[in-house]
Amino acid sequence: MAGSAKPVRKREPAVGAPLPHDSARLHVTGQASYTDDLPEPRDLLHLAVGMSTVAHAKIRNIDLAAVRAVAGVVEVCTADDIRGMNNCGPIVADDPIFANDLVQYVGQPIFAVAAASVDAARKAARRARIDYHELEAILDPLTAVEKKSFVLPSETLVRGDPDAALSAAPHRAKRRLFLGGQDQFYLEGHIAMVLLQDDGCLLVYSSTQHPDEVQTLVAKATHRSSSDVTVICRRMGGAFGGKESQAALIACIAAVTTDKTGRSCKLRLDRDDDMIMTGKRHDFVIDYDVGFDDTGMILGIDFMFASRCGMSADLSGPVNDRTMFSCDNAYYLENVRIVSHRCKTHTVSNTAFRGFGGPQGMYAIEYAIEDIARKLGMDPLQVRRRNFYGTDDRNVTPYHQTVDDNIIAEIFDRLAVSSDYEKRRDEILEFNSNSTILKRGISMTPVKFGISFTSTLLNQAGALVHVYKDGTVQLNHGGTEMGQGLYIKVAQVVADEFQIDVDRIRIMAADTSKVPNASATAASSGSDMNGMAAKIAAAKIRSRLTEFAARHFSVTEAQIEFRDNGVQIDNQYLTFQELVQLAWADRVSLSATGFYKTPKINYDRDTFSGRPFFYFAYGAAVTEVVVDTLTGENRCLRVDILHDCGDSLNPAMDLGQIEGGYVQGVGWLMTEELWWNERGELGTHAPSTYKIPTCSDLAPDFRVELMQSVPNAADTIYRSKAVGEPPLMLALSAFHAIRDAIADDACPLPDLHAPATPESILKTIGAASGE
Amino acid sequence: MVLLDLQGQLRRMSDAAVIRFILDGELIEVDNVDPTRTVLQYLREDLRRMGTKEGCAEGDCGACTVVLAELRRDGKGVELKAVNSCIQFLPTLDGKELITVESLVNGEELHPVQKAMVDYHASQCGFCTPGFIMSLFALYETNPNPDRLDIDDALAGNLCRCTGYRPIITAALEMGFLPRQTWPDRTMALKKIQRKESLQIEYQGRRFFAPENCAELASLLQQYPGATMLAGGTDVGLWVTKQHRELDVVIYTGKVAELCELQVTATHIDIGGAVTLSEAVPIVVEHYPGFDELFRRFASPPIRNAGTLGGNIANGSPIGDSMTAFMVVGTSLVLRCGDAERDVMLDGFYHDYMTNDLQPGEFVVRIKIPLPTENAVVSSQKWSKRFDQDISAVCTAYRLVVDDGTVSSFRMACGGLAATVSRARNTEAAVVGQPWTEATIENACQAIAADFAPISDMRASANIRLQASQNMLRRFFAETQDEELETVYMYGRQR
Repeated sequence: MAGSAKPVRKREPAVGAPLPHDSARLHVTGQASYTDDLPEPRDLLHLAVGMSTVAHAKIRNIDLAAVRAVAGVVEVCTADDIRGMNNCGPIVADDPIFANDLVQYVGQPIFAVAAASVDAARKAARRARIDYHELEAILDPLTAVEKKSFVLPSETLVRGDPDAALSAAPHRAKRRLFLGGQDQFYLEGHIAMVLLQDDGCLLVYSSTQHPDEVQTLVAKATHRSSSDVTVICRRMGGAFGGKESQAALIACIAAVTTDKTGRSCKLRLDRDDDMIMTGKRHDFVIDYDVGFDDTGMILGIDFMFASRCGMSADLSGPVNDRTMFSCDNAYYLENVRIVSHRCKTHTVSNTAFRGFGGPQGMYAIEYAIEDIARKLGMDPLQVRRRNFYGTDDRNVTPYHQTVDDNIIAEIFDRLAVSSDYEKRRDEILEFNSNSTILKRGISMTPVKFGISFTSTLLNQAGALVHVYKDGTVQLNHGGTEMGQGLYIKVAQVVADEFQIDVDRIRIMAADTSKVPNASATAASSGSDMNGMAAKIAAAKIRSRLTEFAARHFSVTEAQIEFRDNGVQIDNQYLTFQELVQLAWADRVSLSATGFYKTPKINYDRDTFSGRPFFYFAYGAAVTEVVVDTLTGENRCLRVDILHDCGDSLNPAMDLGQIEGGYVQGVGWLMTEELWWNERGELGTHAPSTYKIPTCSDLAPDFRVELMQSVPNAADTIYRSKAVGEPPLMLALSAFHAIRDAIADDACPLPDLHAPATPESILKTIGAASGE
Repeated sequence: MVLLDLQGQLRRMSDAAVIRFILDGELIEVDNVDPTRTVLQYLREDLRRMGTKEGCAEGDCGACTVVLAELRRDGKGVELKAVNSCIQFLPTLDGKELITVESLVNGEELHPVQKAMVDYHASQCGFCTPGFIMSLFALYETNPNPDRLDIDDALAGNLCRCTGYRPIITAALEMGFLPRQTWPDRTMALKKIQRKESLQIEYQGRRFFAPENCAELASLLQQYPGATMLAGGTDVGLWVTKQHRELDVVIYTGKVAELCELQVTATHIDIGGAVTLSEAVPIVVEHYPGFDELFRRFASPPIRNAGTLGGNIANGSPIGDSMTAFMVVGTSLVLRCGDAERDVMLDGFYHDYMTNDLQPGEFVVRIKIPLPTENAVVSSQKWSKRFDQDISAVCTAYRLVVDDGTVSSFRMACGGLAATVSRARNTEAAVVGQPWTEATIENACQAIAADFAPISDMRASANIRLQASQNMLRRFFAETQDEELETVYMYGRQR
């Protein structure tokens, strides 16, 4: 086969290009298939879940006669029908799939109905008559602390001598904060469809961030080996952490019902059931006591975090660990005590949500910083700069990791200029002195967010790349696509490795039969880890092709260059397809796995010390708001963000993560309120009552920039940085802009609690004026 | 696209039980169907058109948005409007064209709305995207070059959890600059499927009627006084999708000609009981600009396109917004039972929580809103956690007449503070005859506490509800003193 001398067309690098999401065209035409859109097997049964209506009780009796009597109902499945382990807890086995004799939250699954239609199943599920012997329920974290009700032992991290530093400090500020939780509100609710295979194996289509865990837990629940369960997820309609551990419950219910009925089963939760049954971001009660000097420097600080974990451990251990790791944010805390209580309450078990405990930690320290500034009459910006981690000294975190990639000061400097912060702050002071009802406020807050799973063993990833005879490629890796653009980013990496166009690469669904033992797509680590694993796999094939070409064309490997959809071999050019065909004919393997484990990290969970994070991602935001002090209603007016993505793999995807993360964070801190009544029933379980931001909430002036030309100091994939979670915490600037707006002589230190709903703001103003 | 072959396909024109509509240029006929089957269920489960998504099944997230094309009542062509397919019952499609996300693609060529969404990276997970496409498509057809405020209004009923909306807004701003595409005018086809006799469905002992005129409706209600009245389905839809109720007899008001009439007489705005909010609101706001913000914040375009003023009023929720506004301007209702009509004042129509003056078999024919008088200041305010598509925690409305500095007439109505929307009589009394001053307002604020004993729920707690209503009154006073005083809702968002 003779090639031409030159490539036909010059190829631009894929990495770093703002390519559209690989499914964009499918999204806008409605052709993108989510789990509920897949073709249904003819024998499919639809499921609905019967849930506990009380927060804490012994079950005396379950009467399912009325459930079975509904037309279309085929079977009912309870804890007694589970052949294997009745557990879907990811770390601690304390999460029953179906409650057996004890219910521990309103909404806990007790049974599943299998019926010919979704309607019939849902109608029937409400008809069970369950006799409860009610027990005392603990419904809030403070009561749990008082009664020593914990899902996991409390943890303490101390560095320096906080007590001595506090008592010697010239100034002190103390406060108790209440910080609300947040529902993930992915637009696609939880769903799984389980197909029984002819050999007794299960094929599970699950909307999950963690197919491996679904595989493991389904196998355990159905008394199968992992090799007998395959889990596939092509895409999710949003996840945000809510489908990290929680997806297993849905899949396990469908799987055990499949075993009982011998038929394929699909469980798609109704929105209300989804919000009632599955976990959310932890709400916290936080105490802090901070000592500082006249310049605003923090001398010592004492934190107490009490989080609502709900009825089981779920991911609450690592979530609360990350709170402890994040309550320094970008500040050096020489003398610090961090106490973390993981409270057991009789409410739904809380779980992962973008930021994973980090936002709550940062919320605490940023509040303290603002209080310091207001007590000293300083601009909070100065206090922040005063306390930033240093680059050569003052650069060790409370958990003894040296911050060796610090760029927060530079980000702050650049953003302060580009946002015109000083001038606008003066204008706002002027405006407020002339306006009694409307008040404006501004705040600039930093983010430093540690990247890696804090559990070191999870920092591993696999990929599987196939090159076919026609020169096209199939790309598999353990990562899942929930909208974040992971799949296109990894495809860009593989395209550059082969120097071929991205559209030659077929992106495959996450599939446990292709890539085993994959970690969750979480902790922002998806592109860092899967990008590397896929690059390693592709590089293996490329290396085999190179070796083959050198042999075949009798040149040295140095004379071979992959470029422009082909390969230059000395003075001869072959298309990629031509080279691949020759290699195949020569019996060269064109399939390879890649495996990556994050280097450098090591960390001792017992002492909370070491290097849990490979590196840090940084960013900062300035938000300006206006508040109506009579109604508490408010609006973001202008937002300026400068965020660090290292050398971005795909600036369009990264921009999307930054913008979306910020707005989601604003929702958490402003409008999204989870409201429980005294019986432990969630009142806000649908979009009619639970209010995530809408279009008009986006500030009319919204400016986002990626921090250019600062490659990741750590050796990540193309020196890029993770971007999924860090931008969410940029929204702290919006919350503190509200505090800035309502602070005045009558209310110098606004006691504002999040979410800062109009009610919360009115209460704060009213409390200050003695109403 | 295939054009409708009406000759060949209209084989059962006389059959009163067949639902007929147009989809992708073709006539669709459906019979023997559960009349409370939703359009979304029909699309996904029966047609397996999976592009339209279910996000909440209650009309609050917009993932299920489709567009309906309907003949204009004035006979001049068709109008397109976005609705939530998750709470629309299938028979309400009769006589209309249904447009879904799949309808827009022309071979390989994307519609400009779709192309703009791709070009500006406006989808991430993509699950909300078909709904956004359809809301933007409806906007594109009426206003291809919208500004930010138009876009905010058009998308108020669509939730996106991934993007933060910025790229969607950019796509909406840019869609009009792409090569123009016009949706085919199917006026003729739609005219041909308008029925001559009214739709009547019987399915497994349950009945659905879509009477064509008031007399027919009145007699049906005599026959079935316990029937469920269906207008926009924005509430009744949820009885089915969320409460799983089986409705034995449903009577749909959307086809009753007289109820769809809207006119302005010498003295009143006369709004038929089945006129949608989208049709009624512009006329109301034209005469009462003080209600503009309230109605902008009232629900969302898909809900306003389906929901009716008559439904909002007859349903009588204590947190319904329209009655609060209409109560202060002396609105009355024309009710009909059998052949008998009577007029009642809206103020006094509600007896208690979700109960009103309607007798069995009686229905709202018209809502009569008096035209404004020159000397009265009329305004309304809404207080909720979120600006758009939120239910009021408190809603207030005012009508004020001041003569020579003294208040000669003052009406205030409140929603969210009691079991029904109602007037604040003590507060009004504290103001009438007094000078319109801050001192009078402070007295009046004390009186609000005597008017209402609100409850605590997920929208707000009791004491803050009361405080908010007092502050809203203070704000109304401030607005009468300072015309420049902006609301936060509009602040920084002027065109």
